[in-house]
This record gives sequence, structure tokens and C-alpha cells, in this order.
Amino acid sequence: MLQQVVNGIIIGSLYALIAVGLTMVYGILRILHIAHAAVFVSGAYLGLLVYTYTQSLILALILAAVGCSIFGWLIQRFLYTPLLTEARIVPLIASVGLFILCEDLFRLLGGPYIRAFKVDLWFDKLIFFDTVVTAHQCLIVIGTAACLVSVYFLINRTKLGLAWQATAQDMDTAKAMGVNIKQVINFNFIIASSIAAIAGVLTAINYNSVLPTMGSVPAYKMFAIVVLGGLGSIPGTIAAGLIIGMAETIMSAYFGFIMPRDAIAFSAMILILIFRPQGLFGKGV
Amino acid sequence: MGLGYLTTIGTFVGIYIILTLSLNIISGYAGQVSLGHAAFFGIGAYTSALLTLKVGFSFWLALPAAMIIAGFIGAGVGIISLRIKGDFLAVTTIGINFVIVTVFEYSDFFGGAYGIMGIQYPMLFGLKISKFYYLMLVFFFVVVTAFFCFLISKSWIGLALETIREDEDAAEASGLNCAKFKIIAFAMGCAFAGLAGVLYAHFMRFITPNDFTFPVSITIVAMMVVGGIGTIRGPILGALLMAALPELLRPLANYRLLFYGGLIVFMTRFQPQGLFGENAFIIKKLFGQNLRAAFSKRNRVGGEEI
Repeated sequence: MLQQVVNGIIIGSLYALIAVGLTMVYGILRILHIAHAAVFVSGAYLGLLVYTYTQSLILALILAAVGCSIFGWLIQRFLYTPLLTEARIVPLIASVGLFILCEDLFRLLGGPYIRAFKVDLWFDKLIFFDTVVTAHQCLIVIGTAACLVSVYFLINRTKLGLAWQATAQDMDTAKAMGVNIKQVINFNFIIASSIAAIAGVLTAINYNSVLPTMGSVPAYKMFAIVVLGGLGSIPGTIAAGLIIGMAETIMSAYFGFIMPRDAIAFSAMILILIFRPQGLFGKGV
Repeated sequence: MGLGYLTTIGTFVGIYIILTLSLNIISGYAGQVSLGHAAFFGIGAYTSALLTLKVGFSFWLALPAAMIIAGFIGAGVGIISLRIKGDFLAVTTIGINFVIVTVFEYSDFFGGAYGIMGIQYPMLFGLKISKFYYLMLVFFFVVVTAFFCFLISKSWIGLALETIREDEDAAEASGLNCAKFKIIAFAMGCAFAGLAGVLYAHFMRFITPNDFTFPVSITIVAMMVVGGIGTIRGPILGALLMAALPELLRPLANYRLLFYGGLIVFMTRFQPQGLFGENAFIIKKLFGQNLRAAFSKRNRVGGEEI
């Protein structure tokens, strides 16, 4: 049982890491950013590339984050910003198109097969009574905590973070009060994409694999998490990520024969939304 | 490129046109984003397959039955849409798509992951109809669906749906029963998706849960948006273009999906209102101005004010 809880926390923190970026993008631009999953996969590939050449995990994480920030910024600048005034379904479809394009690009560049991402850490595993925590799982917990704490500080303790909060509440008013919206949007995409890159590298290490289609399940499952967390609420998203991760692991361990784990997230989401239409942690409409 | 190949492609295009037009009733007219339309496509296909195989209905009897069942389940989603709104609704419909596909996949009643095999080809006067006549049948239903959409858009239901799309609070405030019209829109849209499902099941004669997954829903939405949401010509031409695109891109072989995705990005980026929508470049070039202006001008010249 405790082992399942540990596994659930690991999966949940990976979910939370990917979904935080998505919720940040939604909070500012009100776009369902499916191509975020493409940023996530490109992070994994970049990390693998850097790691195979330098054998340094820190460098791999940093360069993947930098590369993905640029990628995310480009998406924002050349795809989303020009479409902001259109119906909201239009940027969504553009995002889907971009995701299809990127997935095929990864297949062409990286090969259609699974690549191993093997990282040796300086210890193998920790054993508490009969619960095993592998070194990779420790790395994921530390990485997630570091990312989330730095997001917390960036948003709550810096001037740009304050501007971000104001913009998330009401973009027009924030603009009228002299907030530099462009800067906020750039900041938003850089943070969101670098977290996605780190999530990509950590996921790849966890499963010891990088493959072109590794983003297709997160691409839509993240929406269940983001919506559960109340669309745009960062603490809500983190909590929802952990809840879904736990629910999936524990349910598939005990009732795995009834439904696949991907359906569990969505069933939970529909049930909860019917009772709380604004999500678990969302404010009332 | 035999004639048989073209007939098959034509049938698929027709089915996609019906799907896109039916989604357009929900998303284009009523403004409710649904990202799970393939679920209702699947419900229609499975209902008709089971009715013909297990109950012994004929194709002609199973068709309206499947439409009614898909319509009823669609009305259920309509009821959910009263409580869950906007982007929350969009994501909920993704969830509904997943849950319904899971039900097909994990229950033996629906044939499990292997789906249902041996669905009959429709019979007419005791004879199996040929592929070409099947294409004609699909074409007939495309015309029926398009005409139905035209009637809706010109009727007071269409007007009510448009009001809900533009401003739901204002519609409610002016005494419109939004709940009723939203449920009607979902029921109608899903019933026609069910029709497309019936046509698909009896054409393929073999269906699996995989045919109705979330990517199919996304394809339908993409067809609608690329064509021009809210019009009738938009979804028809969009479905025609996007369904034919993979065939046209066949020479590119390994790079097909790359170009497919790239074209979606390109078209939505530079014609966000759709290639054949209200202010589209193509329409402007063809008629010299946008279509509504062209018509109103013609009417004024004829001495009739609209």
C-alpha cells in the first residue's frame, strides 16, 4: 500500500509539473495549449542529446529548459498572439496542428523507435521497511519541488510575478494600470516551457525511454488535471496532479481490470465537475 | 487509381461532411465547443451494428433508431452543458469521448477491443446494393443534412441558438429558454453524428473502439474550423479538403503528417475565420466582396430590401 502511495506521488508530481505550465498559459491567454505536450517531448529529446554528449545531468536540464523556452516563446509570438482576437477554438486547432507537426518532426529527426535515457546516480535505491524508493524517484521529487518552489517565488516575490498575477486576473485592467503585458506573456511562456522541458527530462529518466509519441497521452490528460484544479489556478493544478496520480496508481493496482488508467482521470474529472463546475479549487464563476 | 478507390474515398468524405455539419450545429450555431463528437459517431455505429446483428433489424430500421439513441445521449450532454460551461465543457467532452470509448473497449457486449465484425451491407428490394449506390446513398444523406442545417439556420431555432452563442446572459434576460435550446442543439447535432456512424458501420462492416477515439473528434473540429465555422459551405468544403488532403499528400509518403499538421497551422494562422468563412480570402476573390455584401447588394438592385 505504502509502495503504491510512493509511486502515486511520483506520477502525480510529474503530472503536476507538466500541467502547471498549461495552467499558466491558460491563466494569461485563455488558450488550451495542446502544443505544450510538444514542448514537453522536445525537452526530453534535447535533454537526451545534451546528456549523451556531456554526461552531465545538470547541463542537460538547463539546456533543455533554455531550448524549450525559446520554442515556447516562438509558439507564443508567431502563433498565439496573432490569433488572440479570434474565437477561442481557432488557437486550439492551430495548437493541435502544431502538435501533429511536431510529433512527426520528432519521429523524423529522432527515429520512430524508443531511445533509452539511462542515468546513473550515486546511489541506487533507498529502502524504508518494505517500501522501495529508487534514486530516480528521489530525483523526480527533488526536481519537482525545486521547480514548484521557484515558480512560487517568481510569482509571489518578484515584480514581474505581481504583474503576472494582475494580468491573470484581468488583462485589460492590468494594461490600463501600466503593466507591460508583452513582457508578462513572454515571462509566462518562458517559465511554462522550461518547466515542461524539465518535466520531459524527468519523465524520460523515470521510464528510461524517449519516444516521439510520449507526448500524446499527456497532451489531453493534462487537461483533466488543469480543469480539476480550476483552470488557471497554480496551487489547484498541483493538488489535482497529485490527486489524479494517486487515484490512477491506486485504482489500477486494485481495480486495474475494470478500466485503463487513462479513463480513470477523465471519469474522476466528469464526476467532480458535475458537483463542482468550477473545478476543485476554482473560484465561483 | 481505380473507380472503386474513388468511390471509397467519396463515401468517407461524405461521412465526414455529415459529421462536420452536425458538429457545426452545436459549435457553430449554438457556440458550445464539443471536443468529443466522435463518441456520438461511435454510438450511432455501435447501435446500428448491434441492432442489425443481434435484434435482426434491417438497415433502414436501424438507421432512425441509432439516430434517436445518439440524439438522446447527446441531449444528456446538453444537460451537462447547462452546468459546466465554456472551456470546462470543452474538456468535459474530451472526457466523455474517453469514457464512451472505454465502455466499448472493456465490455463484452460491445465486442471488446476487437470490435464488431460481419455487419451487413444494406439491402434494397432483397438485393445487396453496390458500392456505387452506397455512395449515392451517402450523398443523399449529405444533402439531407445540409438542407436540415439550412432550415435550422433560417428558422427561429437558429436565431435563438445564435443569440445564445453571442451572449447567453442577454439571451436569458430577454426571456429565451437557453436550457431548452442548448439541449435541442446537442440532441440534433448528436443525432446526425449517429447517422454518420450508421453509414460508417455498414460501409466498413467492421468497427473497433479505435475508430471513434479523441483524435477523430479533433479531426472533425479541425475540418469545421479550417472550412469556416458557423456557415454551411464552410464545414462541407472544409471536410472535403481535409479528408482529401491525406490522399493528395500521399506522394510525400513519409512526410505526410508533417505537412498535414503544417497546413492546419498555416490555414488557421492566416485564415482564422476559415478558408470559406465570412471574410475569407477565397470568397472575396470569387465574388469581389464578402458573400453577405454581395447578396444584399443584389437584392437591393432587384428592388427588394431584406
